[in-house]
Amino acid sequence: MSESVATETLTADYHASVTALPRSLARHSPKTPALDVLGVTRQYGAYTALQDVNLQIWPGEFITIIGHSGCGKSTLLNLVAGLDRPSSGSVQLYGRTIQGPGPDRAMVFQNYSLLPWMSVRQNVEEALKAALPGQTAAQRAGATDQALRLVGLWPHQAKRPSALSGGQRQRVAIARAFAVQPQVLLLDEPFGALDAITKSHLQDELLELWTGEAEGGIANVLMVTHDIDEAIYLSDRIVVMSNGPRAHIHEVLDVPLPRPRERAALVQDPAYLRLKAHMLHLLGTVLATPH
Amino acid sequence: MTTQTTSTTVVIRPRLDLRAPLIRLGYFLIGLAILALIWTVLAAVRSDLPNLATVGGSLAELFRNPWYSNGPNDKGILNLLLSSLTRVFAGFALGAVIAIPLGILMGSVPVLKRICDPIVQLLRPVSPLAWFPIGLTLFQSAEPATVFIITITALWPTVINTAFGVSNVPQDFKNVARVFQFSRAQYVARVLWPYALPHIVTGLRVSFGIAWMVIVAAEMLSGKSGIGFFVWDAWNALNLPHVVSAILVIGVTGLLFDQLFGWLERRVSYV
Ligand SMILES: Nc1ncnc2c1ncn2[C@@H]1O[C@H](COP(=O)(O)OP(=O)(O)OP(=O)(O)O)[C@@H](O)[C@H]1O
Ligand SMILES: [Mg+2]
Repeated sequence: MSESVATETLTADYHASVTALPRSLARHSPKTPALDVLGVTRQYGAYTALQDVNLQIWPGEFITIIGHSGCGKSTLLNLVAGLDRPSSGSVQLYGRTIQGPGPDRAMVFQNYSLLPWMSVRQNVEEALKAALPGQTAAQRAGATDQALRLVGLWPHQAKRPSALSGGQRQRVAIARAFAVQPQVLLLDEPFGALDAITKSHLQDELLELWTGEAEGGIANVLMVTHDIDEAIYLSDRIVVMSNGPRAHIHEVLDVPLPRPRERAALVQDPAYLRLKAHMLHLLGTVLATPH
Repeated sequence: MTTQTTSTTVVIRPRLDLRAPLIRLGYFLIGLAILALIWTVLAAVRSDLPNLATVGGSLAELFRNPWYSNGPNDKGILNLLLSSLTRVFAGFALGAVIAIPLGILMGSVPVLKRICDPIVQLLRPVSPLAWFPIGLTLFQSAEPATVFIITITALWPTVINTAFGVSNVPQDFKNVARVFQFSRAQYVARVLWPYALPHIVTGLRVSFGIAWMVIVAAEMLSGKSGIGFFVWDAWNALNLPHVVSAILVIGVTGLLFDQLFGWLERRVSYV
C-alpha cells in the first residue's frame, strides 16, 4: 500500500514539475513548436494578402497579433484554424501540417458567427457536443452553465442571438470557445465590442483558463487585437504585421513582464512604457502608410 | 457548497396585441373598397357586367345551401370548392414530396445542380394546359391527369427554392460547424435544415399559389366537378353573376391559404 502511495506521489510530482514549467522556460525548450507557420503565402486571385509569413509559437505561449485593418490577421488565423489553406508554404501543429479544422483548436470569430436559429445556450451546447463527444449530458450542461456564467450571460441563455446586443453576442462566441477548452485557442478581436470593465474581466478569465493546470486545458492562445494595452497585458510575445498587400511579419516583440501582471502597476512599469512607446511608433509612424 | 440562484425570472405574458392585425385589416378594407368602386364604375359603363348588388344576391343564393348535392353535375358551392381543394392538395403534396428531395439533392450535389438547372428552366415556363394531353395519355382519365398537371406546374418553385436554401448556407455557419467539428448528422440537423427550411416554406407558398391558379384551368378542361367546372358551367349558362361569385370564392380561398403559408413562414423563420 505504501508503495502505491509512493508511486502516486511520484507521478503527481512529475506532472506538477511539467505543468509548473515557467512559461518563459517553455518558450525556450528545444521541443518542436506548438505552431509553426512556414513561409506562408495566401493569394486571393491576383491579390496577395500574405507573403512569406514565418512564425514559431512554442508550447504554452500566449501570442497576440496586431496590425492595421485589412493586413491579413484574420486570414492568418483562418489558416491556423484550418478553414483555409495557404497558397504556398505550410502551417504545422506539433510538427503535423494542418489539413483542416481539428478538435485541438477552437475559435472566436471576428463576426461571432452564432447560429441564429438556436438559443444562446444551444449555441454553446451544440459546439460542446460536437467538439467533446466524450462528455456526458450532465458534464456538458455543467460546462455550458459555467461558460455562460463566466461571460455573464447565464440569465440570457434562452434568448436567440438576434435578441442580444453586439457585446452580448460577442460574449456568447467567447463562451462557446472557452467551454471547449481547446489546446490552441484562436481569438479574432474577441473583446472588440466590449466595455472596459467587461473587457478586463474577460481578459483575466482568459488568462486563468490559459494558466489553469487542468489536464487538456488551453495551452496556447493566438489572439488578434487592435488594442496595444491589451496585447501587452496578455501576451508573451506580440506579432506586429506589416500592411497589405503582401503583408508579412514586421517584428515580433518580447514582453519582458513577469506574471501575474497587475494592471495598476503595469502603467508605471518602465518596461511596459518602453514597449508601448515602441508599438505606438511602429503602428503610428513606421506602418502608418500603406506600401 | 451552495449554489445560489438569485435571478428571479419574471415572465411577462404578452397580452394579445390586436393593434397590428386590426391595422392590417383596416388597410385591407380600404383596398377592398377601392376595388368595389372600380367594379361599380365598370358595371355602370358596361351594363352587361353584373353590378355589386346582383353579385351579392348571387353569392347569398349560392351560400344559402352550399353543401347540397344533386348528382355529380349539380353540387353546392362549398362542395365544389372542397373537391377542387382535394385535387389541389393531392397535386401539391405529390409535388412537394418530389420537389423537396430533388431540391435537396440539387442543392447538395453541384454536378446534379448543373445537370438539372437547365431542365428546370426549360420545363418551368410550360403552361399547365400544355401538360394536359400528356397527362391524359399517361393516365387515360381526366381525374389523375388534373392532379398530374398540378403536380408538374407546382413543382418548380419548391425545387428552385429548396436547392437555393441548401446550396447557399453562409460560409460563416459552415465555418462554425467545421471549427467545432460538427458531425454530418449534426450539420444537417443544426445548420443545413434550419437554414434551408424558411426557403423551402417560401417555395411551398409560391407552389401552392400556382397550384390553386392551375386548378380552375384544369377543371375547365376536364369538366367534371370543382370550382373551375362551375365557372365554365355558369359561363355556358350565361350566368355572369355566378362567374363573378366564383371568382370571389376562388380569390378568398387563395388568400386564406396564402395567409396560412405566411404564418408557417414566420414560424420557421429564425430572425
Ligand atoms: N475571400 C477573400 N477574397 C478576396 N480577398 C480577400 C478575401 N479574404 C480576405 N481578403 C483580403 O485579404 C486582406 C486581408 O484580410 P483580413 O480579413 O485577413 O484582414 P484583417 O487583418 O483581419 O483586417 P481587420 O483588422 O479589418 O479584421 C484584405 O485586403 C481582404 O480584402
Ligand atoms: Mg480581421
